[in-house]
Amino acid sequence: MKMVVDLAVCQGYAQCAFLAPDAFRINGEEALLYDPQPDDRLEERVLRAAAACPVQAISVERAQR
Amino acid sequence: MSGSPPERIVIVGASLAGLRGAETLRRMGFTGSLTIVGDEPHEPYDRPPLSKAALTDWVPPEHTGLPRLADLGDVDWRLGVAATGLDRRAREVVLADGTRLPYDRVLITTGVRNRPWPNAEQAALEGVRGIRTREDSRAIRDHLDAGPKRVLVIGAGFTGSEVASICRQRDLPVTVVERAENPLVGPLGGVVGEVAAGLQRAAGVDLRCNVTVEALEGSGGRFRAASLSDGTTIEADLAVIALGALRNTEWLADSGLACGLLGVSCDPGGRAYAVNGMAVDDVFAAGDVARFPHALYEYEFLALEHWQNAVVGAQVAAHNMICDDPDRRAHVSVPAFWSVQFGMNIKSVGVPSLADQILVTQGSAKEGRFAAAYTEGDRMVAAVTFNHGRYLEYYRRLIERASPAPVPVGEAEGNVPEDPRFPDPGTPYEPPTVIVSGRSPTSMEARRVPAGKDQR
Repeated sequence: MKMVVDLAVCQGYAQCAFLAPDAFRINGEEALLYDPQPDDRLEERVLRAAAACPVQAISVERAQR
Repeated sequence: MSGSPPERIVIVGASLAGLRGAETLRRMGFTGSLTIVGDEPHEPYDRPPLSKAALTDWVPPEHTGLPRLADLGDVDWRLGVAATGLDRRAREVVLADGTRLPYDRVLITTGVRNRPWPNAEQAALEGVRGIRTREDSRAIRDHLDAGPKRVLVIGAGFTGSEVASICRQRDLPVTVVERAENPLVGPLGGVVGEVAAGLQRAAGVDLRCNVTVEALEGSGGRFRAASLSDGTTIEADLAVIALGALRNTEWLADSGLACGLLGVSCDPGGRAYAVNGMAVDDVFAAGDVARFPHALYEYEFLALEHWQNAVVGAQVAAHNMICDDPDRRAHVSVPAFWSVQFGMNIKSVGVPSLADQILVTQGSAKEGRFAAAYTEGDRMVAAVTFNHGRYLEYYRRLIERASPAPVPVGEAEGNVPEDPRFPDPGTPYEPPTVIVSGRSPTSMEARRVPAGKDQR
C-alpha cells in the first residue's frame, strides 16, 4: 500500500497517530511524520486513520491483492 | 485551439506534478494514449520525506512511492531517459535516446534540480552530496548510519535546516554554514530567521552565519574538511550541499517557449507562453518548473517550489488540456508550504517576501511558538506559524480577502509591526521557495521589492 498526507492541509489533530501509530507519528507538539509505504498488514488501520482525519489530508492507494 | 479532442498526450517529468496531471486526465475521461517521461529510473515518488523521516532509522528512502489516486489505465512509462528537446513544429518531444514522441498536447513537469557545488572536482569527493533524489537520501542516510564525527551542512534554507535537525535528533555533531545573517531569511525574512537560529543553537547545532564555505578539501578522494571565509576550518566526514534549486528548462532552449532561469512562463491556466509573449495552445506546464501570474498578487508571476502547488497546478493544467474552452480554470490557490525541523511544525501561506512589515499576532516568537502576519501596506500577503498550524487556515482566508493583519491577542497583545528584514537585493542568500518576478512572460528577473517602492 502507498499513502501520502497533504501536510499543507494537516492540522495536527493526531487522530491518525492514535489509530495507526506504526504508520503515523507526531514529532514535537504537532508535526506529523509518516511512513508512505507501511506494511500491507497495517492497511485496515491506515484506512481507518484516513477516514477519521478531520481535515481529510490522507490519501491511500490500497495494496494489490 | 484545434477543434478535435487530443488523442496523444505526453507528460515530461515523472514526479508529483506529472502523476497528479496524469490522474486528472484519466479521471476526466481521457482515453487516448498517455506517455510519461522521467529522467529518473523510478515511478513517481514523494520528495519531502527524503530530508526528514527517510533520514531516520524509520522510513527507508525507498519507501516513498506516491499513491495513485486514480486508475491510470494504459501508460507508456519512459523512465530513466531525459527529454532533450521539444519540436513544436513537428509536435514531438525528443528524448536523449533519440526517440521522438508525437503529441497533441504536452505537459511540462520537469521540476528543479539542486544547485550544484560550484567546484566540480570538490563536488566529486566521496562524502559530498546534495539531497533531491531517493539515491541522495539513501547515500546521506548511510553516511549518518556510519556515525560520522561531524556533518557539515552548507546552506540553511529549509532542506539544509531539516538535515541539521535530523543530525541532532540522531545525536550527531553538525555544523551549518549560512552566508546570510540567519537561517531561512530568503523565504521568511530575518525576524523569523532569528527564531530559527535560536532553535538550531538550542538543539546543539554549531550554526555559523555570515560565513561562506570557500573550499571542500579531501584526501584519497574522500571529503575531510571545509575551509570557511572567516579563516576557520571544519573537519567533517559528510558535506550536505543545500544551496537551493535550478529549474530544468535547458532542454527547452530551442523550443521557442518563454523559459529560462525562473522556469517556463505560463498563463494562470498552465498554458505555456512563447518567446513572443503569446500563449501556446498545446503546451502546458505545472509544478516547480512553471511560473505563472497569480490573481491574488496582482498577476505577478510566481515560481513556487511547493508540494501543493505541484498538485493543484498539475490538476488545473491537465484539466485545461482537454476541457472545452469556456470550462478552463485558473490556478488561484494561495501558496502554502511546511517544514518539520527541531520538533517544530513550520507552516506558511502566501508570499512572505512581498511584505514590508511583519506582526506577531499570537504566541511568542521568543519562545518559538507563534503565528505572524506579513503585510504589504495595509493588506496581508502571507502568514507563518511555528507550532500554531491549526490557526493557519484563518490567516489564509484573511490573505484571500486582502484583509489587514488581525489585532494581536493573548501573549502577543500589544505587539507592533516591524520590518521583516528580507535580505537586500543583490545580497547572496539561500533563494526563497517563492520567487516573484514581475508581469512579463518573457523577462526572467527576480524581484523582491514590491512595485512602487524604493528599489534601492
